[in-house]
Amino acid sequence: MSEKAEGSILYLDEVSVSFDGFRAINKLSLVLEPGEMRAIIGPNGAGKTTMMDIITGKTRPDSGDVLYDGKVDLTTLDEAGIARLGIGRKFQKPTVFESHTVEDNIELALKARRGTWATLFHRRSRSEQVRIDELLQTIRLSDKRDLLAAKLSHGQKQWLEIGMLLAQEPRLLLVDEPAAGMTDAETAETAILLKEIAKTQSVVVVEHDMTFVRDLGVKVTVLHEGSVLAEGPLDQVSANPKVIEVYLGR
Amino acid sequence: MRMLRCLATLFLLMMTVLPLKAATAIADADLTALVNALGAGDFDATEQAIAALAASGDDRVAGILDKLGNGELVTRKADKAVFIGEKADKDFKLTDPVTGADAGIVPKATVDKLKVNNKLRRAIATAVGTLTLRNADPKVRLAAAEAVMKSQDAAAIPALDAAIGAETDAAVKTAMISARAAAVLASDLPDSEKAKAVDTIADLGTRDALGMIAPYAGQAGPIGDAVKAATTAINAKLALWDAGQNIWYGLSLGSVLLLAAIGLAITFGVMGIINMAHGEMVMLGAYATFGVQELIRNNAPELFDYSLLIALPVAFVTAGGVGILIERSIIRWLYGRPLETLLATWGVSLILQQAVRTIFGANNREVGNPSWMSGAFTIGEMQVTWSRLWIIAFAAVVFLSLIGVLKKTALGLQMRAVTANRPMASAMGIRTPFIDALTFGLGSGIAGLAGVALSQIDNVSPNLGRGYIIDSFMVVVFGGVGNLWGTLVGAMTLGVANKFLEPYAGAVLGKILLLVFIILFIQKRPRGLFALKGRAVEA
Amino acid sequence: MLTYWLTNGFDRKAQIVTAVLVALAIVVPLGSLLPPDDSVLHISTYQVTLFGKYLTYALLALAVDLVWGYCGILSLGHGAFFALGGYACGMYLMRQIGTRGVYADPVLPDFMVFLNWKDLPWFWYGFDMAWFAFLMVILVPGLLAFVFGWFAFRSRVTGVYLSIITQAMTYALLLAFFRNDMGFGGNNGLTDFKDILGYSIQSPGTRAGLFAASALFLAFFFVVASALTRSKLGKVLVAVRDAESRTRFIGYRVEHYKLFVWTLSAVMAGVAGALYVPQVGIINPSEFDPAASIEAVIWVAVGGRGTLVGALIGAVVVNFGKTWFTGMLPELWLFALGGLFVIVTLFLPTGIVGLFARLKSLRKPPVAPVAVANQSGGAS
Repeated sequence: MSEKAEGSILYLDEVSVSFDGFRAINKLSLVLEPGEMRAIIGPNGAGKTTMMDIITGKTRPDSGDVLYDGKVDLTTLDEAGIARLGIGRKFQKPTVFESHTVEDNIELALKARRGTWATLFHRRSRSEQVRIDELLQTIRLSDKRDLLAAKLSHGQKQWLEIGMLLAQEPRLLLVDEPAAGMTDAETAETAILLKEIAKTQSVVVVEHDMTFVRDLGVKVTVLHEGSVLAEGPLDQVSANPKVIEVYLGR
Repeated sequence: MRMLRCLATLFLLMMTVLPLKAATAIADADLTALVNALGAGDFDATEQAIAALAASGDDRVAGILDKLGNGELVTRKADKAVFIGEKADKDFKLTDPVTGADAGIVPKATVDKLKVNNKLRRAIATAVGTLTLRNADPKVRLAAAEAVMKSQDAAAIPALDAAIGAETDAAVKTAMISARAAAVLASDLPDSEKAKAVDTIADLGTRDALGMIAPYAGQAGPIGDAVKAATTAINAKLALWDAGQNIWYGLSLGSVLLLAAIGLAITFGVMGIINMAHGEMVMLGAYATFGVQELIRNNAPELFDYSLLIALPVAFVTAGGVGILIERSIIRWLYGRPLETLLATWGVSLILQQAVRTIFGANNREVGNPSWMSGAFTIGEMQVTWSRLWIIAFAAVVFLSLIGVLKKTALGLQMRAVTANRPMASAMGIRTPFIDALTFGLGSGIAGLAGVALSQIDNVSPNLGRGYIIDSFMVVVFGGVGNLWGTLVGAMTLGVANKFLEPYAGAVLGKILLLVFIILFIQKRPRGLFALKGRAVEA
Repeated sequence: MLTYWLTNGFDRKAQIVTAVLVALAIVVPLGSLLPPDDSVLHISTYQVTLFGKYLTYALLALAVDLVWGYCGILSLGHGAFFALGGYACGMYLMRQIGTRGVYADPVLPDFMVFLNWKDLPWFWYGFDMAWFAFLMVILVPGLLAFVFGWFAFRSRVTGVYLSIITQAMTYALLLAFFRNDMGFGGNNGLTDFKDILGYSIQSPGTRAGLFAASALFLAFFFVVASALTRSKLGKVLVAVRDAESRTRFIGYRVEHYKLFVWTLSAVMAGVAGALYVPQVGIINPSEFDPAASIEAVIWVAVGGRGTLVGALIGAVVVNFGKTWFTGMLPELWLFALGGLFVIVTLFLPTGIVGLFARLKSLRKPPVAPVAVANQSGGAS
């Protein structure tokens, strides 16, 4: 294990993965400090989602280190194990449990024991109820708590998913395109919410929307063809000729 | 043994009766002199005369000796000339044995019957054997050698020795050498000779060879040892043939599986549709074959040999048409819901089965084999039936044509486009519902073709499809969904594995083992042998 | 904890179903035994057995619904668990025959004597004791399901692939049980039973008792299933059905949940099979036929999957239809059954229960139905 990993919340070093000869991620290295919020941008096929897949255990890298909290090797764990460590993920396409009510969606995500027997005999406690109410308040779905998630609008589903993410009380959040399909007002509010979260937790945001990234005002990493092309504040990165070339075509 | 020997002799004699082109002939007068010598003196003299006759090599000799053996020859007391004598009332009707000319009817008292004892009979057999072994036609010589091989008559050894020396045809020579070895083994020649003979037999490497040396396995000394070594050598060879036979059976079963599964590979592999009525498409193809044969039997029986060729397009169109109907009426409403498709098509399969049962009855229907599909031939120790051979060839043709259609035609291109990206294909002006229907029709039509082939080796009944649906799914899943070459490898692997398991585990247990193997295999590689990898595959 | 769990599950629906089943368990045996044969109130032994059979089918449907309706696992092999439970019970019944068999062997069942077997195979030991046999009714299907599920769910075989291998599993068992040397009576299976727990299996009293047992077991498992589906675990199962990978990313080990409900469901199917065998008087390999398993799936689909009541209604309605058709128009039964598969999947995705819910919501302001969202099972 590298010493560089010490003190970081997420540490990727020389990570590579290929699918049938196609190198989706190519010697990708990335370090995230505790409490840091990072925006990841990059054109389609840059490997953003695959990177998320590797961190959350959906895809095994062919080579390289993926360390959480400076010491836990994520490549040996499954998705559930990684989630239990405190890594939460929000998908590009909002995925909520459509045939559950909004409240049940939150309850399922709520930090609690995840074992089969524990859930079989689980009984919602007072403190859990309070926490659910709080979260519903935060994501502004209190009045829709008994509605099936399927009936929510697209933006509401995004919010519900963020609420579920918060319910997990993760230490590291991976958020894939949170502003997709939202109105401008919703987008701005989402940015505020994420900044609020980033005060206590580490966040990685993948986003296409430059305004949104600017709103976040954090360090940006540009991915291209599976590796890091540039890293730094948005203004600096967007002035980088390599980045301009990748974005505007050659 | 004795029986066998008699039969062999008889066989040799019969060979001589066949009308053959005279290759070696001597003048009638000379032959007549030789024939007359038969009645010149005692048994010993007759034996010498037989040898002399045989040495002449004339084609007519065998027939004459045959008559001698049967006691049909007589000598005229007056001049000791030999004739064929037929009883006519109290007199004898004489015929010249050489020319076949009529020699008149004489009183019984003027002729003597030529008597033969066992020693002479043997001499006759040997002489006749020698003659056929030297026959002009290599087929006759080969048959003669094989007859000796079966009879293992020691008396034939000298004849064989002579024949081997003169033989020019390699195959016949080999047969003769083997026959000689077999005869030596049965004779009372010295052990060293016999041991050599065992080695010669071992080189044959056939089941017959094993049978020839088996009786000597218990003997002590060089023969026993040689037999032991030979048995091992032959068994090794036979094991190879057995393996070859098993592979052949396996490939044959594999092509049946391939035929049944390949249509499924299209509907399931390419379109992602679970068609539980696929087996019924096969069944419809088989019934189409039955229908075509019925029509031909009743209207144009002379076309029967072509009935399968005629049935092919009929079966393809019938099954394909029903397939398109199912796709248009049911499946298209269920795209993206594979489990529902599975249930609905299961319902369709029940309906089709019952419909066929109602129309044609529940019993098996007789579908005949055309003459070119019947019979078998052997390669070495392997038996090859024509029907299996044709089915393997047919499966190969269907498989390659399908690959061709998918790779080279506009329809294939559009099919692959729709599979890869439906909205994009649709945006580019491809009529996706049309392509869906055609693809499903193609898959079903190929199932119909499989039905034509299966009608030749399986019972044509409403349940025909049931037996193949699970196997077909296993093949497609094992080979890897969406990959036709995977289906080919899957079918052949399962076919061969099945046939290799059968001798050890029995047919049923072998099949169970294979099912269990595939169940475990899917755990290991959920996407099959040749799976696509990557993000796109993840559901 | 357990009492909370059960009371939470004992909602109004469960109360009604339990009440109906308990009432049936009392009324039907009384109707069979008390009134004289010619009374209008009399229920014939044939009818008691027939209804008893429906109840065991309903239990099987409940088991299928639990995995399919709630967890999205379409099993095409539940008939295997049903049959294994049936065989375990049948083995007990065989050993009870004793010397009353054709060959009057005190230990060996007739078919073994017929096959010239000298000793009882080891796996028949203990089946002369009822408690052991009933333990096996639970253990054998449960163990098979556990092992099968452990492999399948761990390697994430889902959707149609899982359906196909469950079908292969029951097919392999079908072939195996057809073999005489398996020691389960081969083609003919186990039959000619004489008595159960000391009572003659043919007597109306025993038949009534078996009916009552079927009804009570069904009620018991209904309450268990109801409590299960209303618990947090039940919610996790539905979550797995609707968005399996999302459930993983929240931290649930999906394979454990699937394995739990799969094994429980297999045990329920096994118990159903064990209740079925003494009532119909025979168990043979045809119960392993993949077609039988798929038929059980259609009961659930007809009734309305994802609703426990639907499973019971579907099983009874379809089998009642089957009895009627095979009696009146045997030629048409497969057409009807096949048509049912097509119609239900095309037009009635939520089954009879869903249909009633929709009719109700037409009259009243819209209520959230117990909907089964357009779920695909995860493979495509």
